[in-house]
Amino acid sequence: MITEALVLSAMIFVLGTFGVLVRRNAIIMFLCIELQLNAVNLAFIAFSRLMGIDGQVFVFFVMTVAAAEAAVGLAIIISVFRHYETVNVDNFKLLRW
Amino acid sequence: MTALLDFVGYSGWVLHTLIWMPILGIIPVLWADEQRVKHVAFWWSAVVLILSLGLWWAFDPTVGGMQMESATPWIESWGVSYSLGIDGISLFMVMLTTFSASISILASFNYIQDRQRPFYALMLILQASVVGVFLATDLFLFYVFFELTLVPMYFIIGIWGGTRRIYAAIKFFLYTALGSLLMLVGILYLVYRAKMFIGAPTFAYSNLLQVPLSGTEQLWLFGAFALAFSVKIPVFPFHTWLPDAHVEAPTPGSVILAAVLLKMGTYGFLRFLLPLFPIAAQHPVVVTTMLVLAVIGIIYTACVAAVQSDAKKLVAYTSVAHMGFVVLGVFALNLNGLQGGLIVMISHGISTGALFLLLGMLYERRHTREIQEFGGIARVAPWFATAFVITALTSIGVPGTSGFIGEFLALLGAFETHKVLTLIATLGVIFAAYYMLPMVQRVFFNPLDKQENREIEDLSKRELVILVPLCALMIWIGWNPTPLLDRMEPSVQVVLERLDEATLEDQARVEDEANEPQVVDGGQE
Amino acid sequence: MYNALGVGIQETVETATQFQPFFPGLIILLPLIGFLINGALALRHAQASASAVRLGGELDLGEADHLPATHTLPSYVAPGVMLVAFLIASVNFARMLSVELHDPHVIEYWTWIATGAFTVEAAIQLDQLSILMTMIVTGVGFLIHLFSVGYMRDDAGYPRYFSYLNLFIFFMLVLVMGASYPLMFVGWEGVGLCSYLLIGFWFSDREKSDAGKKAFIVNRIGDFGFLIAMFLLFGMFGTLDFVPLFSQAADLEYGNGLVTAVTLFLFLGAAGKSAQIPLYVWLPDAMAGPTPVSALIHAATMVTAGVYLVARSSVLYALSPIASATVAGVGVLTALFAATIALKQNDIKKVLAYSTVSQLGYMFVGVGVGAYAAGIFHLMTHAFFKALLFLGAGAVIHSMHHSLHRTNNHKDPQDMRNMGGLRAFMPITWGTMWVATFAISGIWPFAGFFSKDEIIWQTAAFGGAAKAPYPMLYQVYWVIALVAAILTAFYMTRMMVMTFHGASRTGVEEVKHLRESPPVMWIPLIALALFSVVAGWINVPEALRETFMGLGPLTGEWLHDWLEPITEQAHHIQELNLGEVAEQAPFGGGEVTWALVSTTLALVTVLASFQFLRRQNVKVPAEDTELSGLSKVLYNKWYVDEIYDRLIVQPLIKSSRFCWKVIDAKVIDGVVNGVGWVARALGFVVSMFQTGTVNMYAFVLTIGALIILGVSVF
Repeated sequence: MITEALVLSAMIFVLGTFGVLVRRNAIIMFLCIELQLNAVNLAFIAFSRLMGIDGQVFVFFVMTVAAAEAAVGLAIIISVFRHYETVNVDNFKLLRW
Repeated sequence: MTALLDFVGYSGWVLHTLIWMPILGIIPVLWADEQRVKHVAFWWSAVVLILSLGLWWAFDPTVGGMQMESATPWIESWGVSYSLGIDGISLFMVMLTTFSASISILASFNYIQDRQRPFYALMLILQASVVGVFLATDLFLFYVFFELTLVPMYFIIGIWGGTRRIYAAIKFFLYTALGSLLMLVGILYLVYRAKMFIGAPTFAYSNLLQVPLSGTEQLWLFGAFALAFSVKIPVFPFHTWLPDAHVEAPTPGSVILAAVLLKMGTYGFLRFLLPLFPIAAQHPVVVTTMLVLAVIGIIYTACVAAVQSDAKKLVAYTSVAHMGFVVLGVFALNLNGLQGGLIVMISHGISTGALFLLLGMLYERRHTREIQEFGGIARVAPWFATAFVITALTSIGVPGTSGFIGEFLALLGAFETHKVLTLIATLGVIFAAYYMLPMVQRVFFNPLDKQENREIEDLSKRELVILVPLCALMIWIGWNPTPLLDRMEPSVQVVLERLDEATLEDQARVEDEANEPQVVDGGQE
Repeated sequence: MYNALGVGIQETVETATQFQPFFPGLIILLPLIGFLINGALALRHAQASASAVRLGGELDLGEADHLPATHTLPSYVAPGVMLVAFLIASVNFARMLSVELHDPHVIEYWTWIATGAFTVEAAIQLDQLSILMTMIVTGVGFLIHLFSVGYMRDDAGYPRYFSYLNLFIFFMLVLVMGASYPLMFVGWEGVGLCSYLLIGFWFSDREKSDAGKKAFIVNRIGDFGFLIAMFLLFGMFGTLDFVPLFSQAADLEYGNGLVTAVTLFLFLGAAGKSAQIPLYVWLPDAMAGPTPVSALIHAATMVTAGVYLVARSSVLYALSPIASATVAGVGVLTALFAATIALKQNDIKKVLAYSTVSQLGYMFVGVGVGAYAAGIFHLMTHAFFKALLFLGAGAVIHSMHHSLHRTNNHKDPQDMRNMGGLRAFMPITWGTMWVATFAISGIWPFAGFFSKDEIIWQTAAFGGAAKAPYPMLYQVYWVIALVAAILTAFYMTRMMVMTFHGASRTGVEEVKHLRESPPVMWIPLIALALFSVVAGWINVPEALRETFMGLGPLTGEWLHDWLEPITEQAHHIQELNLGEVAEQAPFGGGEVTWALVSTTLALVTVLASFQFLRRQNVKVPAEDTELSGLSKVLYNKWYVDEIYDRLIVQPLIKSSRFCWKVIDAKVIDGVVNGVGWVARALGFVVSMFQTGTVNMYAFVLTIGALIILGVSVF
């Protein structure tokens, strides 16, 4: 049981990671990060069946942070979009060397 | 006088006052309106100067150690305390600082036209931090003040300086900060060793003196400290920040820089290097290296000074040569040399400070420092020329001025121990004439052939107030340096005794090791 | 201890002597007071003239009888203080004459330097040598001050001139009266400083200003030697006070290497101050100063300080045969060398300048052969006749300048080719200068004969001593000294003839304005002429006394005996190590014979050259022919200045530039800026990783996480 849950979690995480690495659209990348977070959440839940309630508590923390992050992140993306009129991250290079 | 000072409990509060009063002075200075701020700043520093004059009488010339000591715990867990004290070595440095701070504030009345409030506030901070350097008897406190001097100086050069002020300010800051970082490491190691020896960490100078250090340790620590101080002095080849800083700095900045900031380096030699690391300081290789650098500094920078076309840069280079005499005297490691070095420090503070003031006054009149732009000025500005010639003569060490006493004693001391090197250093007296007199001639003598120079005004009353005490001091010290020497001798003796003891200890240890070869300096490597 | 520059506050060191000094501090103090008063006047005066210059003009002094106070007061103050100082010195001298003073009388005023390891008192030493020097300095000084009142009257810098002159006397007195080497050094550099200021007195003239600077720098080379000598002495004796130092020195081993080093370094100092080879080059240039200055500083007093130094240190020199031979050798070479240059100079002051260098050489020969009294003797007589010659030249120049000025003529008033026939206009100057010429040529019974002849004779005698260190060398010295004496007689006669005799070359209009100087100028000339005649009689050698040259019972070796307390230790050392000096010259003949020979030679030279030169047709500068061969070399002073410039000055400037432009700016600042550059370059390279691509960052992050994971798992 736990094995399946962990495998699913790992697959979602890898999916999210690949998404972050290969996609250029900021919204998609953002969604992929959410995917990663939720993969970790899944792993926490799975473990909590074996090791007690701590994992579930952590999931709440992660969700709270994710919500806050989504709010700030989307706000940034929107203001970036207003400026550049694109959400392709390749165009955001103001901070390089 | 002494009774009056006792009555007001002078020696109890004066040291703190000399540090904190200038800092408090920031408030009225920032408060005052732009027109009157210079007067506020000047009178404030003048009061500090007057207060510091009492030290002359309150100081007990028979005591060699620290006087008027006080210590308040600051960061107890690290053994840091706010502790001050004064002895014959720092006495004159403190008085020189308060004196030149007042003088240079008075000299900036015309020179500084914009952003006056921050300028005078920075001058007061600078004064406080330099006094702090000379009074601190806690290495942490010393380091704080030592680094603190950089900040106001950085801004003074960087904001009110000449055209290349940013380059000069950054060069000045990085050069000196880099040097002193190694010293910080050295201090921390010293404290670590103190903790091993005493049991608790301590930054107190008197405690650190007790810490036994092996010869190797001393050499490394000596190197770390010496680098910091050598950059500050500056010793050849760490001198190239100085001409840039001097040329770009506004007149009051140059005066403070020459008169007291450089002295922090040589003061560090006398106060910390020699007493803390006596074995390293007497190591023949170390002594020879320092002396060779000093001699190179004397001759080399004199030559370089001689071919400068910018009068201020010329004087800046001569500073390096003069400080070479100080280093020479210090590493003579005897009474004459050390006291000679101290007198050179005082004399250089007065005479080079005065030279920068005079060049600043000239700059205010003509807006140039190129020597060839001048000529024949003695005809239209006789007082100016007189003051300049007296100062220049002091600078090149003509007998009857303070410059001679210092150089003579320093060389006399150095000659006892290092004949050949001193012989070369003595050539510096010829080179001094070779760089200074042509400048004097080309500025003040020769035909008055430029119309702009014809219109140069003679010294104003304010400028006379600045220069007369300086010239009087040069001549007074030249004819009667004994009161100064009397006050510094016991303290210099203490340093020398410390060196002698170290030699004895060293011998004893070498003998012990010879008897019991298995006992090595445990845990010190 | 800390009394003011004490007037008459004395700590009598020796109780046994009955010598009671009479306000000796005042002798030094008075010129200082004079300097302060005149200095204050000078500054006030300069302020007034500065405002005139600023308006584009010059200060107008106004009518001669309504001169401003700044212009009239110095005429009284400056010579006044000198006269009083001279009188006080005379009283002291008289008191010293009346008692038997053996040990020097030292008066301490305050502790000058005290470090714990080294102490020098601000003390003056009264002894036979210092009182004699003080008398010369204040006496000749007074006369020259008096002369200056006339000579400088029309100069705009009148009060400044007298303030420098008074300051010079102050330092000169510190030099001769100081009781220790450091104090002597104060005076030593102080007179150098005043010399610098006075040579460059007309500082608006670039050449004169340069001359002053040159004098100071060359003097400093000598001062370097003086300093090193002091350091060595301090190392040997632990004190630099004369009295304890010399009493310890007397016990040293003869020919001690350290003493040789000390004395050679001291001699470097003496050579700088007294213009000996190789440091003589500043003195001829120093003629740029006002002529009375040349008389006072560059003839009578300052330049003789080197001789005083050697005489003062006689004990040390007596101990070192090498140093003594060097001193005498340099002296005799300088005497000859400078005399050859003087043969071809046309500037009246240049002739006198080289003549001074030459005569100083004689003095060094004297002190070099152990005849310290003879050296001082020649110093004294030379002070009289050379001051007289310079003042006379000054009177001539003054008159010439005046007449050329009146007629708006821009000819050089110092060039003797513009003179000639001045005898008719300036009889007093003419007469007194001939007296001086006889004196300097060494013609009996003028002063120079006795002093110069004694030096020459002592050279021969010393070389013939039983255990003389280098007998051959001294014989060569003796011959050179004789040759130089003949040259002296020749170039002095040439100068007199060109100036005063023959046809006038000044110009028809100009001649009308030539006048004899006012009394304030010729009175000093007469006084000095008197001394130039009689001063020699104070020291007539024993041998000559028996003959007609001894002037009967009037005279004796007074000076020699007078200085005996100073020189006896040195003489003792010499007698011990060298044995008795010879009675016979190298080619035979005793003292009397050679004295007769030398005075005859001088007289014949003067007469012959007078006859010869008077018939020669001197051309004015514009028509003068180009010189060639040896004459040209001599006229250009053997090109020594050019050689120094090529060998020392230019390389020094070039290497200084190299130090600045290459070592400082390229090497050191290169390293410093290089460190900065490397730091920035490294930062730049590393910053390349900051591509700005978010995916790139994420990729690196992932790889990193994987690596950490991998490491922690496996």
